[in-house]
Amino acid sequence: MPRPSAAALPDLIMFSGGLALFYGIVQVSRNWLGPFKPQVEISRSLGALPVYAGYSLLRIAFAYVLSLLFAVTYGYIAAYRPRAERFMIPLLDVLQSIPVLSFLPGVMLAMAALFPGRQLGVEMGAVLLIFTGQVWNMAFSFYASLKSIPREMREAATIYRFNWWQRFLQIELPFATIGLVWNSMMSVAGAWFFLMACEQFSDFKLPGLGSYLQTAADNGDTRSIILGILTMIAVIVLIDQFVWRPVIAWAEKFKMEQVESASTPTSWVLDVLRHSRGVALFRKRAVRPLREQMVHYFAGRNEARTESEGESSAALWLWRVVGVAALSAIGYAVVRVVMILTSLPGSEFQQIGIGLAATFLRVNITLVLGALWTIPVGVAIGFNPRLARIAQPLAQIAASVPATALFPVVLLVLIRLGGGLGVGSIVLLLLGTQWYILFNVIAGAIAIPTDLKEAADVFGIRGWERWRKLILPGIFPFLVTGMITASGGAWNASIVAEYFHFKGQIYSTVGIGSMISAATDAKNFNLLLASTIALAAVVVTTNRLLWRRLYRLAETRFKLES
Amino acid sequence: MTEHVDPIIRAQAVEKFYVQPDGNRIEVIAPVDLDVEPGKIITLLGPSGCGKSTLLRILTGLSKPSSGEVLWHGTPITSQNAGVAIVFQSFALFPWLTVLDNVEAPLEARGVPAMERHKRALRILDTVGLDGFESAYPKELSGGMKQRVGFARALVVEPEVLFMDEPFSALDVLTAESLRNELLELWLNKKMPTKAIFIVTHNIEEAVLLADRVIVLGRNPARVRADFPVELARPRDRKSPRFVELVDYIYKIMTQPDLALAVPGSSAAAQKPARQKYQMIPHARVGGITGLLELLQDHGGKEDLYRLAEVLIMDAEDLLPIVEASVLLGFATLKEGDVEISAEGTRFAEADILTRKTLFRQAALKHIVILQQIDSILHAKTDHSISQEFFYDILDEHFSQDEVERQFETAMNWGRYAEIFDFDRELHRLVLAEPISEPHAPTTTPVQQ
Repeated sequence: MPRPSAAALPDLIMFSGGLALFYGIVQVSRNWLGPFKPQVEISRSLGALPVYAGYSLLRIAFAYVLSLLFAVTYGYIAAYRPRAERFMIPLLDVLQSIPVLSFLPGVMLAMAALFPGRQLGVEMGAVLLIFTGQVWNMAFSFYASLKSIPREMREAATIYRFNWWQRFLQIELPFATIGLVWNSMMSVAGAWFFLMACEQFSDFKLPGLGSYLQTAADNGDTRSIILGILTMIAVIVLIDQFVWRPVIAWAEKFKMEQVESASTPTSWVLDVLRHSRGVALFRKRAVRPLREQMVHYFAGRNEARTESEGESSAALWLWRVVGVAALSAIGYAVVRVVMILTSLPGSEFQQIGIGLAATFLRVNITLVLGALWTIPVGVAIGFNPRLARIAQPLAQIAASVPATALFPVVLLVLIRLGGGLGVGSIVLLLLGTQWYILFNVIAGAIAIPTDLKEAADVFGIRGWERWRKLILPGIFPFLVTGMITASGGAWNASIVAEYFHFKGQIYSTVGIGSMISAATDAKNFNLLLASTIALAAVVVTTNRLLWRRLYRLAETRFKLES
Repeated sequence: MTEHVDPIIRAQAVEKFYVQPDGNRIEVIAPVDLDVEPGKIITLLGPSGCGKSTLLRILTGLSKPSSGEVLWHGTPITSQNAGVAIVFQSFALFPWLTVLDNVEAPLEARGVPAMERHKRALRILDTVGLDGFESAYPKELSGGMKQRVGFARALVVEPEVLFMDEPFSALDVLTAESLRNELLELWLNKKMPTKAIFIVTHNIEEAVLLADRVIVLGRNPARVRADFPVELARPRDRKSPRFVELVDYIYKIMTQPDLALAVPGSSAAAQKPARQKYQMIPHARVGGITGLLELLQDHGGKEDLYRLAEVLIMDAEDLLPIVEASVLLGFATLKEGDVEISAEGTRFAEADILTRKTLFRQAALKHIVILQQIDSILHAKTDHSISQEFFYDILDEHFSQDEVERQFETAMNWGRYAEIFDFDRELHRLVLAEPISEPHAPTTTPVQQ
């Protein structure tokens, strides 16, 4: 191949990409700033699909950038301000276990009210929800990375007088990159789940893949359903190829390893970028001079700060004021909530109790069902490398399709078969959560050392005995991790799985999720608030009482240490 | 010591302690006065965990003393005004930066322009023998090469005092030896602008090989046990009688906790022995103690510590706790740098596995305070178990957090071997062990069918 054209190709692609991006921004802002459309007509034409995919993608991207900024700021403050850390980390823990979808109705209503007459409000609502769904694990990852920077590395930075900027860019950010990348991937996968739910949310139709799929299912249009799902898969595969693979391959250099590892992840996209002359030129002309400017700016500031030592009292006062303001806001909110809750009639509390019990049962049946099929299958895949090579990519694609995107489709099938939502919701929950368990079981089965398996062979441990002595204890930590994630996911999904607008009709079953959705439809905000709080409380409590303990047991007794 | 030279760094009564919630003070470093004068390599020796690295961090301004003061040319030191650099044990290089970027980073922090940064970094890389490796990443380099990068990064800022925290202990013996020689060559030929070098080490030979002045720290809390000049001609010969004598002498200081020794030809500041403390058990495992006693038995019951370290190819850091533990248990005695096995020790070394356990149990219950306490409490309580917290509570009064952990681990190792108690790691509880077979009666070993 002639060299010049090969080198020019990536530049050409990037230039066109830039143009397309610009066009997209103009189009989107026209839509977002345009007047609010209460009933968006969702077109089912094939040509509309890429546009819808683009809208969905943009919401995800927006929410992700927001999450990244917030996560870094939150993690940074928590890691370096011991006083803030004391409440920021437990708070993170609680926020992480609250089912975000329970806020979906409330947030959407509030945001629409905040920007009356603008599409922006609903869009912001969707972005905000995705944000709250994905930000916490990223923030925690960043915090944990900062906390685990080796002491001597920090000391080197201090003794060589690194300024704030240099510390951040040369130590903290690189050190946290790998954790952030993996958590970002998880978060974005979760974001698709929330986005589909948002786009399908009853009153405010957002144009996107989610609403496209729902409209298609509403009309029983099988061709559009299949096309929609294929587009969904295509988008996810493209993101994987063009974003995650290159980023993972690039992040390889941030591994804290002392020796080079034998096999490293590669990405053809990254290779193209690395060989692009345009990128090289950009780095030389723009990035390097800018970097040099920053170096001198912060080095100068550092010298200046040395002379005026200590934290300024103004900053301290600012922190105090912020703290007091935050506390009074929280206090006010608590008082209001208590007032609302005490004004609720007893019958509604009874209803909430019944709903919680029903959903609790449903979630746990789902977990048991999920574990029952995934454990044997996962172990079979994990123990058999040939099977794993075929099954794992398939399972990954299947898992990458957000369950909420499939809800309307599954519902369509269920209604045709004549099943009610009582059983149907379990199928829906299973759809969303079984993958977490499956992947963890596979990972656990692979992690069981060969010598342990051989020892079991030598001593003739077979059948049930083999499961009891070797396999189940071996996969236990992984199984627990998978079940924790699955449990959180199932509670979350119950809000969309128990109550559904479909073909102009409402399908619902007894449960806390359907109560939340119904309360929103009826604009009964007091009930909405009470049931949301009840749901969050139950999830946090089960996490503390059950899952946390199992996890500790897994960490101490069943951990395979080398 | 000659007083007319002004010290670069002067530590005045620096002290480090932690205050417990109940107001109790855990002292890590007892008040220490120390000067770093120009023109010298100073080595700071001490047993592991004695606080020598903490002292180094105080001297560089990285860490603040709890009381006392560190002066840099007469003014209070900060990490910003001190012309110091540190070479770290773990190298502390940034794995995501190339060798060149690693060395340039401190210059970037000082706002040195790009061209000059580049030139200075290349020059220093050349000095330490790293030219050709500029664009390599640290993970592509061997341990010795990595530490050369560590040297280069330290020297590029032209520090007045170069601090080194166990710089050679992560390297293999041969690499460490050649790096030591290269450092000496740079220093003796004045190839670096550094005015003084301060090295923390636990390797006694290394200290004598490099130093113009040796400071020996004692433990719990750290205090200066000895401070004397080394006036051997360079290059130094490890086999020369004077060298061996000095190494042997340092071994003696380090193994005789409460004895102040007069140093021939110097005015060592002999400090008073510390006030009565809670007994601290040396961090040795039962396997190590057994091995040492067996070896002593093979060598006729008595051996010189220096020779022992040679035979075992062990550092003082690893050997001394085992020796101390054997002495504490009454299995051996120490005199003038010689270890001698005792009557109990001989019996232990010659016994079979079960009898050894019995003998160890007797010795432990006789000599080890914490094990005595646990044993009597376990017997007194009706459920014959106590929580781990209780143990921590006893030790918290006397030791720092890290030390409590280490004391706990060692006590667990000894106590479980001696079958004084069992430890349930899940419940974090100590449980009274099943009584072992009758002591002194090997014939009664139960045979169960």
